[in-house]
Amino acid sequence: MSPDQRLPVRRTAKLSIGGQFPRSESGRTYEVVSADGRFLAHAARASRKDLRDAVVAARGALAGWAARTAYNRGQILYRVAEIMEGRRAQLEDELRDSGAADPADEVSRAIDRWVWYAGWADKIAQVAGGANPVAGPYFNFTLPEPTGVVGIIAPAEPSLLGLVSRIGPVIVSGNVAVAVASESSPLPGVSLAEALATSDVPGGVINVLTGSPRELVPWLAAHMDVNAIDLTGCPDDLIPEAERAAADNVKRVHRAGPAEQHLSEITAFVEFKTVWHPMGA
Amino acid sequence: MTDLEPVAPAQPVMPAWEYAPAPESKDIVRLEDRYGLFIAGEFVEPKSGRWFPTIDPSNETVLAEVAEAGEEDVDVAVTAARSAYVTAWRDLPGSERAKYLYRIARALQERAREFAVLESMNGGKPIKESRDVDLPLAAAHFFYYAGWADKLEYAFPAMKPTPLGVAGQVIPWNFPLLMAAWKLAPALAAGNTTVLKPAETTPLTALLLGEVIQQAELPPGVVNILTGAGATGASLVGHPDVDKVAFTGSTEVGKQIRRAVAGTSKHLTLELGGKAANIVFEDAPIDQAVEGVVNGIFFNQGHVCCAGSRLLVQEPVFEELLEKLKVRLGTLRVGDPLDKNTDVGAINSRAQLEKIGELVASGVEEGAVMYQPPCELPERGFWFAPTLFTGVSQSHRIAREEIFGPVLSILTFRTPEEAVEKANNTPYGLSAGIWTEKGSRILWMAERMRAGVVWANTFNRFDPASPFGGYKESGFGREGGRHGLEPYVRLEPVS
Repeated sequence: MSPDQRLPVRRTAKLSIGGQFPRSESGRTYEVVSADGRFLAHAARASRKDLRDAVVAARGALAGWAARTAYNRGQILYRVAEIMEGRRAQLEDELRDSGAADPADEVSRAIDRWVWYAGWADKIAQVAGGANPVAGPYFNFTLPEPTGVVGIIAPAEPSLLGLVSRIGPVIVSGNVAVAVASESSPLPGVSLAEALATSDVPGGVINVLTGSPRELVPWLAAHMDVNAIDLTGCPDDLIPEAERAAADNVKRVHRAGPAEQHLSEITAFVEFKTVWHPMGA
Repeated sequence: MTDLEPVAPAQPVMPAWEYAPAPESKDIVRLEDRYGLFIAGEFVEPKSGRWFPTIDPSNETVLAEVAEAGEEDVDVAVTAARSAYVTAWRDLPGSERAKYLYRIARALQERAREFAVLESMNGGKPIKESRDVDLPLAAAHFFYYAGWADKLEYAFPAMKPTPLGVAGQVIPWNFPLLMAAWKLAPALAAGNTTVLKPAETTPLTALLLGEVIQQAELPPGVVNILTGAGATGASLVGHPDVDKVAFTGSTEVGKQIRRAVAGTSKHLTLELGGKAANIVFEDAPIDQAVEGVVNGIFFNQGHVCCAGSRLLVQEPVFEELLEKLKVRLGTLRVGDPLDKNTDVGAINSRAQLEKIGELVASGVEEGAVMYQPPCELPERGFWFAPTLFTGVSQSHRIAREEIFGPVLSILTFRTPEEAVEKANNTPYGLSAGIWTEKGSRILWMAERMRAGVVWANTFNRFDPASPFGGYKESGFGREGGRHGLEPYVRLEPVS
């Protein structure tokens, strides 16, 4: 049998929740087609329940992830880049199918972005925190800490680089993420989730949903156990309602920032804690 | 050693010394009958035509009438601020902006006593607090941020900061002048102009600050001060030409403001309520802890968003701590805010007094045990005796809701893990206190507190160099320190 006679085995595109790969509990899927109209896959169309399950998984993973040393988190993020490098052919194929302008370049940039953010893990506190010279006999310092569970609406495109650009800065400081991948080009996100599962990222730290942002944004914005939302990929007309809903538990809301890759993308999802202690013999 | 006198026999019991009244003189304050709105460098009549009285909450006498800014007044003030931003302030070299702020800082130091007396008259807080805390910190805040005005490019790594424009700033009544300083100093240093709305019940020191701003010769319109109540604040927050909204106050109003600015391009920072745990371990220095607990909840009548309103005591020292606390409560002097010996002054307003009373009644009704020391309260004015509750469970309203008054809810715990659970079991996250002699435990606990400020073996310390602000529903953004500049700048990556 020659290679071109062999029927390839198609992958079922699933959600990634808590380190598992379930279908949507709703049983819903949607058809993913290539830029030139070919059928590619049935992606899971995440429901409100899937979103809530993902938040539960994320919350469960938060304490352990935040408690790891910054060095360890940096190593794990770097490991993601290693795994992606080994899967670049698959990622490039998926990006090509989705009509990405330069699939090879996008994969390279996505991998390099992981490496860039990985290196920040054990430097954020030194650059963004510090000792404060208060006018009294106290030692006083300020440190960044993760905000908690962060909901991410990734941009529709670039589907891989956009998702990586949102997840990387969120989790490097110790946050956990529930990310909604590009609706029109979800397969690179599904593959990223599979790469994450074979790296050392603990289950639940990064949960990747596929489906409709239009459907998921209101639920994410209103969820009382989500601490922050990244609306970079949110349709503009949904932003006012999302921000109103975010008021219910004073969520931090991040809209598309001025920089694609910057320390500011990390510090958008940290809380600054200041600790005082008296000095005395 | 031979020439030592024999030890004199012990005196009989010390006589109970009474404190003689030691009132600070009001003569230093010259009150006008009426105060207009401070817009474009002048005090002007309100277009609304409305005025309201402002009182001394310790005796309910009217101190003055102040203008109530209406929508049209807000518009005039925002327009003045915009004009000053474009023509005078935005492009002024940072080194020059700095000198204006230094002038304000110095003037506050020079007129500190006058401000302190007025603050105590209008707000009810003890003169020793307005004199020793509010005023020095307010001046220090201007002094601190003055120094940043020409160094902004050093504050944000790989970013170029530019001002946002016009800031609308709404502040509370618990630290009227100090909150004005927290808001104005970083905003002005970063090159913004502002419209400040002081709280309805405490407008007078902000208006006196308007006079200082005139004396400092700030360009007209750089700072505008609008007195009024909630409606004035809502108009300001909702004004389309406001670029930045900064609010300190209740979580409830903070959420309303968050909704009001949703979908706009306005920048927002919120410093909201709290229900802080003050955690005392069995190895704590108990006498120091007692002082810290008292300071944590009775400082400023408990009108403090970061007040240590939930005391968590490790079981082995509960009885001892409680006894000492009761004794200490008995020595707190409640009364005339202008008396230099007063520890606990007047409740800020009748509305607040009613709110405290309602929550305290709920504590009794839900089965907690109340203790108040024998305490004679003045007949006129708004007063509430220092209050402790024991037998408090986490589900009681007095353990969950911000009382914002001199009321302490006491709970117990056995293990550090349990203390962490209980401390964090609140939607708030502004502050926390930890009392223990064990260094490693301090750091272990501090790391686990979901709160923006952690005081270990101290409480209620503030400094302009020290970032302050909340986690969770206590708000977002920081005030103080380098971090306190960020809410007032637009950042573009340096390419």
